[in-house]
Amino acid sequence: MSIASRFLPPPKADGTVCFTLDGEPVMARDGDTLAVAILAHTGAATRTTASGSPRAPYCMMGVCFECLVEVDGRPNVQACLIPVREGMAVRRQDGLRGLRHDG
Amino acid sequence: MTDEVDLIIVGAGPAGMAAARTMAKNGARVLLLDEQQRPGGQIYRGLDASPAGYLGRDYAAGAGLIASMEAPEITYEGNARVWRIEDGPRVLWSRDGETHVSAGRALLLAGGAQERPVPFPGWTLPGVMSAGAAQILMKSAGMLPRGAILAGSGPLLYLVALQLIHAGAPPVALVETQTKAMMARAAWHLPGALRCSPVLVKGLGLLRRIRAAGVTRFTGARDFCAEEGEGGDVTFRFTAKGRAQEITAPLLLTHHGVVPSTHMSRAAGVSHRWNETQQAYQPEVDALGRTNVAGVHIAGDAAGIAGAEAAAFAGELAALDILRLAGKLSDKVFEARAEPVRVVLKRARAVRPFLDAAYAPPAEVLAPVGETIVCRCEEVTAEEIRRSVAEGAQGPRQVKTATRAGMGPCQGRMCELAVRGIIAECGGTPDLPRTRSPIKPVSLGEMAALAQGQPPSD
Repeated sequence: MSIASRFLPPPKADGTVCFTLDGEPVMARDGDTLAVAILAHTGAATRTTASGSPRAPYCMMGVCFECLVEVDGRPNVQACLIPVREGMAVRRQDGLRGLRHDG
Repeated sequence: MTDEVDLIIVGAGPAGMAAARTMAKNGARVLLLDEQQRPGGQIYRGLDASPAGYLGRDYAAGAGLIASMEAPEITYEGNARVWRIEDGPRVLWSRDGETHVSAGRALLLAGGAQERPVPFPGWTLPGVMSAGAAQILMKSAGMLPRGAILAGSGPLLYLVALQLIHAGAPPVALVETQTKAMMARAAWHLPGALRCSPVLVKGLGLLRRIRAAGVTRFTGARDFCAEEGEGGDVTFRFTAKGRAQEITAPLLLTHHGVVPSTHMSRAAGVSHRWNETQQAYQPEVDALGRTNVAGVHIAGDAAGIAGAEAAAFAGELAALDILRLAGKLSDKVFEARAEPVRVVLKRARAVRPFLDAAYAPPAEVLAPVGETIVCRCEEVTAEEIRRSVAEGAQGPRQVKTATRAGMGPCQGRMCELAVRGIIAECGGTPDLPRTRSPIKPVSLGEMAALAQGQPPSD
């Protein structure tokens, strides 16, 4: 489901970067964290739990681990703690990640 | 680990930065580690980029402290995830998949606070966040919540409301849990709090301006419940003035004060106690931040909630003590420098008993009931935890084994207080939950991948 961002857009910045979220290109401001970039783009869930319950970033400071996404094939990355980078391939995480994804 | 610094500081908020500045001024070398890219902590997040005027003067006041981190004696390592603390002291931290081992003559833990998690039915929905999270988005990215509901209690709730009003994105409602009776009880602490009168005057000013802006306000609210509404909106239900209320908005932002971040200090072997007034665990520290672990000091909100102003003074005091212990300050010079800091620290802490009493979290947050999810990671409900206690689980460890509450990636950071509340209410033994390394989840690859020139850990 496409859900509009729950936030008013951030002010324009000089630098912009482009990353993909589940293959869809998204523009973001250089210097923002990945969680900020995602929340500016969509109000939809960024992961689902083992039981399929939808979740999105909750604390924005590295405590809650609700913002876990897959970045360039690496699972369980805390989106609120890493800067968004040009060309980053981000995927929502459905259910739990297994060991086979590790490393 | 080629060179050992005089002090490793974990956490670059007011306490960590003030300590680093004091060390640097005295020619001591500091390694300052923080999970964020830039120093400032959550309170001064984004301040050195382009702070918006609507965030106010108190926020802008941190600029000097941040600028002082440029001193040549201070090495700042951002995006550093600390996951193990060893005797030495040695600190293991990783960044971009690489592990670093840092050694220092002393260690100061200044990990600050986290917001108290606010469990209620529906708090896991994507449209529900903590008020502090929204403020971080405002500070670090200039993003403003679209017509949000603010719910809970505490000074931060008022501050965020006013910042949103000034930014031209006022909240649609302010839903407060505290009652007139709580405010009346808190009045007992007013004489002490008046020593800190600028804070009180500021607080009253906040409320007046929120009222003047015409934000709908409820007090004595309870029975919080959120459901997904149309188009991803959140429908928030609660009881106030004896009547059922319902508000729908894109965002529901909740807050019930902050609690010390204790995972690091617990894993480091520091003794902790339960603070009944603040309903939180805190490390046992003396007036200078010393702990029972040799070489480890703790300062700021990580040692017990007292706010940003007090945190900076406590950081300075701890640094002076560390300099004295290292023989860099004589007892006489230490006393001369510490005394004025003690005076302002005492004044900064004076308002706390009033705030603790006025904005105490309600029972439904401290010990949730029914199908409310308590452990978000493992999706364990309040009822499941209550049942495990009824079936004989003693203390947090057995509740964890029985229900998986606290076993997810957040390692109990989001559920352990509510689990404790439930255990206490059900007559169980609410001991301090165990914390082990790695304090933050780390992959086996990361553990193995030591940065070049780094010796392996014992």
